[in-house]
Amino acid sequence: MKPFRIICRSFRDSFKSILRNLSLSMASIICTTITLILVALAIIVTVNVNHVTKSMEEELTIVVYAKKDATEEEIEEIKSRIDRIPEKKEVVYKSKDEWRLEMMNYSETLEVTLNYLENNPLLDSFIVTVNDVEDLAPVAREIRGIDAVESANYGEGMVEEIISVFNVIKTATIIIVIALIVVTAFLISNTIKLTIFSRRSEIEIMRLVGSSNTSIKLPFVIEGFLLGLVGALVPIILTIYGYIFAYEKLGGSLSFGVLELVKPMPFVLITSLLLVIIGSVVGMFGSARAVRKYLKI
Amino acid sequence: MKFIRIKNCYKVYKNGVAAIADLTLDIDKGEFVFVIGASGSGKSTLIKMLYREEKPTKGIVEIGGINVSKLRNRTVYKLRRKLGIVFQDFKLLPKLTVYENVAFALECIGMKGSEIRPKVLKALEHVGLKDKTRSFPNELSGGEQQRVCIARAIVNDPKLLICDEPTGNLDPNTSKEIMTVLDTINKDLGTTIIMATHDKDIVNRMKKRVIVLDNGVLAQDHMKGSFKISETV
Repeated sequence: MKPFRIICRSFRDSFKSILRNLSLSMASIICTTITLILVALAIIVTVNVNHVTKSMEEELTIVVYAKKDATEEEIEEIKSRIDRIPEKKEVVYKSKDEWRLEMMNYSETLEVTLNYLENNPLLDSFIVTVNDVEDLAPVAREIRGIDAVESANYGEGMVEEIISVFNVIKTATIIIVIALIVVTAFLISNTIKLTIFSRRSEIEIMRLVGSSNTSIKLPFVIEGFLLGLVGALVPIILTIYGYIFAYEKLGGSLSFGVLELVKPMPFVLITSLLLVIIGSVVGMFGSARAVRKYLKI
Repeated sequence: MKFIRIKNCYKVYKNGVAAIADLTLDIDKGEFVFVIGASGSGKSTLIKMLYREEKPTKGIVEIGGINVSKLRNRTVYKLRRKLGIVFQDFKLLPKLTVYENVAFALECIGMKGSEIRPKVLKALEHVGLKDKTRSFPNELSGGEQQRVCIARAIVNDPKLLICDEPTGNLDPNTSKEIMTVLDTINKDLGTTIIMATHDKDIVNRMKKRVIVLDNGVLAQDHMKGSFKISETV
């Protein structure tokens, strides 16, 4: 029963302390709110950038052409060789007749031209997608090594550039999120330090009458937890309503439908949960760090 | 076995100041001991080592068989629950009443509410403040505040009461009152009391054991001593 009593007392004390030092508590809550809004923005940007890059990456494929005089066996051989490459995701075969039909349907001029030609001048082909965009180059190289393959191209040069730009954006947004979380921790811990400073005589007496370090620390840790929790409320509301509003206003995409945005559900709920966790956990650790100074641990 | 045993104890602070040097001392259960000495003689260091606010650099400090110097920081609270500490500056919480200040010590260690009340009232009765339970510290005189501090120190029935110049901020008459309270606690409850002081009159009147420290060294130890600091320093 004793630990239970100490926990109850800690909760009572932390509520009391928040109300007694209302202005400091408010300062701490507002600091948390502002930083968490920034964290939420950074998360939204990061996830959307990742989403866009991912969908763009999925569109990157290797186009493989078989040699003009490739036999059916050789086509089979190419297919089975590509199938054996572990990094490939999907292989779609398109015969030269299919190409021809498709092109003839595409425009009248092409139809006339192709009809005029006696032999089909097109090549049998495979469209290969890979699991990871980084595998495009090595897979293309491997496919080129197959005998009956004429060429295997994936837009060399441009693809590498796009990948490196995407990587920079991803890293930058992740660094921003982490930096903001660290800033939140410092802000909460500094504000709680002020509250603790005003209660240092109380802590001293608690130490001298024989309170264990845990029972001294607990009310402050709970206080940090509550401040972080309350500080996360406004950012959560802003995230949920703001994102849904923006998504609907933009029609779900940027740049005339080229860059598709992440659907609001369940994305905003996950982000909100993340904000609650960041706020409360960072609040707890921030105050634990601040109170350590007054305890000889 | 002696209740308090200090053996070849040294304390050198980080800045190089040697506060206690080769101190060896035994104190029996139920004794009332004055620790006197000029400023900087090591009185406060000795007192702080007893409640493990300071750790000796070398040597043994033992209370009731526990080697205090070997206690880890996180377990010091176990020692403090067996001690009562009285300070010169009272260290009361201004926003709590007399009753709450005394009860605070028991709440902190997780005692049940129903057990706290009789203990607090008994302690306040011992120091003669039973009718002031609802007053706040700033409504009390210095002597009364010190009595609250004593009540808080004895509320958990400690075997040892450590007093760090408890009369330092009080006038002679009030000091006398406080000493009567401490003497009663020593006689009635059998609590061992160690008191650091500067007050010549008190030491001379009480005729208790007196330990004189001089530059961290044990200069004199009289069983029924008096204030002889002027002769030794």
